[in-house]
Amino acid sequence: MKANGRVFKYGDNVDTDVIIPARYLNSSDPAELATHCMEDIDKDFVKNVNKGDIIVANKNFGCGSSREHAPISIKAAGVSCVIAETFARIFYRNAINIGLPIIECPEAAKGIDAGDEVEIDFDSGMIYNKTKGTEFKGQAFPEFMQKIIAAEGLINYINNK
Amino acid sequence: MGMTMTQKILAAHAGLDKVEAGQLIEADLDLVLGNDITSPVAIHEMDKMTEDKVFDKDKIALVMDHFIPNKDIKSAEHCKCVREFACKHEITNYFDVGQMGIEHALLPEKGLTVAGDVIIGADSHTCTYGALGAFSTGVGSTDMAAGMATGKAWFKVPSAIKFNIVGKPSKWVSGKDVILHIIGKIGVDGALYKSMEFVGEGIKNLTMDDRFTIANMAIEAGGKNGIFPVDEVAVAYMKEHSQRPFTVYEADEDAVYDEEYTIDLSTLEPTIAFPHLPENTKTISEITSDVVIDQAVIGSCTNGRIDDLRCAAEILKGRKVKKGVRCIVIPATQAIYLQAMEEGLLKIFIEAGAVVSTPTCGPCLGGYMGILAANERCISTTNRNFVGRMGHVDSEIYLASPAVAAASAVTGKISAPAELGL
Repeated sequence: MKANGRVFKYGDNVDTDVIIPARYLNSSDPAELATHCMEDIDKDFVKNVNKGDIIVANKNFGCGSSREHAPISIKAAGVSCVIAETFARIFYRNAINIGLPIIECPEAAKGIDAGDEVEIDFDSGMIYNKTKGTEFKGQAFPEFMQKIIAAEGLINYINNK
Repeated sequence: MGMTMTQKILAAHAGLDKVEAGQLIEADLDLVLGNDITSPVAIHEMDKMTEDKVFDKDKIALVMDHFIPNKDIKSAEHCKCVREFACKHEITNYFDVGQMGIEHALLPEKGLTVAGDVIIGADSHTCTYGALGAFSTGVGSTDMAAGMATGKAWFKVPSAIKFNIVGKPSKWVSGKDVILHIIGKIGVDGALYKSMEFVGEGIKNLTMDDRFTIANMAIEAGGKNGIFPVDEVAVAYMKEHSQRPFTVYEADEDAVYDEEYTIDLSTLEPTIAFPHLPENTKTISEITSDVVIDQAVIGSCTNGRIDDLRCAAEILKGRKVKKGVRCIVIPATQAIYLQAMEEGLLKIFIEAGAVVSTPTCGPCLGGYMGILAANERCISTTNRNFVGRMGHVDSEIYLASPAVAAASAVTGKISAPAELGL
């Protein structure tokens, strides 16, 4: 499986309140949540994002609230992958559980800028910065998590067991 | 190599003699929690499961606390969805208007969380129950759904940071100052993926409510859980509130920790986290110019317990909230509300010019009951001061203890009780 898209770049500690502000948590509809994705950190994100685009951030992406609405809104906005130096642990779990691809890779987080065209090969964990002609190796998931991702989420994984 | 307290609880719940940091395990759950925001998403996920039944109707807690009493039609629909689910599956511990309180104050009070438990909750502050010696951690809605259906959850066994608590805090220093001090020291990802294990002779000088506050904010340092040893204070609390048997686990003598810190309570001062991260802390004496406020919030899962209200009332008694400042007091549960009424605390708050609300998470997450306009500032006993957390993206939140929030409500600027001659 591959992802291919243009990069939206953010800094440290992007919290779930800016990813999807609580004023919209009276909805649990992915399409509706997507219309407010990243609103409090980048109000033009929803206007500019195209299907397949990639979010790259520095450390502790997704810190704060456990709201699954955060990865749901990112996935429903069309984002194909989030790359970060590190992820906050609940966001990390939630992304895997709902089937939003994420990769921890400090080198890629440093070596990729906003607007770069990036390709990701999920099978090999390779991240190619096509704009800059550089490449990075992301951290592989443990086998157990790979199974959840392959099943496209925890619920399917349990159903298949 | 020995195990930490957290590792011992996880090993026992995974049916293993031994676990080590990094190991993936599947653990049996003693309680699965959700609220009015996270449960509807979990219920939709459960609809996709091949077997539509819960693992144990007595081991699920559904607490309507974030946007209720319903703040709008959509919130009402969410609560209705959870109410119908609770009814269909005969969930024993469903808490709606009239019985509900803020989940992390309510569940220990109802005796649903005890030492030795493994608890997951679709709310990040689920780590609160570590104050009683349980392993408890926040998860998302899908984990909640899987937990409700199977009674199990997967975990990566965490390594730990040890905090050796010594000394005795001064009069106006409480659990909130302790945890803000720690987060200021290690940062908002200082304990990422790790347990925060609190030990030491100084713990006896922390009340149960102080410990709930400290464990509650482990997540603000990125921690997987925060946990305290089970001493007489914790045992007395559990005996008062719970019929359930509890199990005491202790870290092995030779348990290994990634890092160790000593926190001397006697050296701590009232501590405030400046916008927009809980790690941006300053002690009261480091604040050199006036920080004028528009609102003070005293409540939340972090600081809405009876000790917190008593402390705020001691400061507000016979004083007035400064003209132009809105002071909002939110007892965390119905029982705390009633106790505050019986002790005369509510009268003190109302006479001081504060408002007292029914239990709700409301303003903490910018839901309702105290939303901020652009360029407004709030001193708050809540747990997060992220951009836009309590309203407009150009508003500011300063996190502090109930003592500092109450004193600031009187002076109209960030102040310690000392400024009032206390």
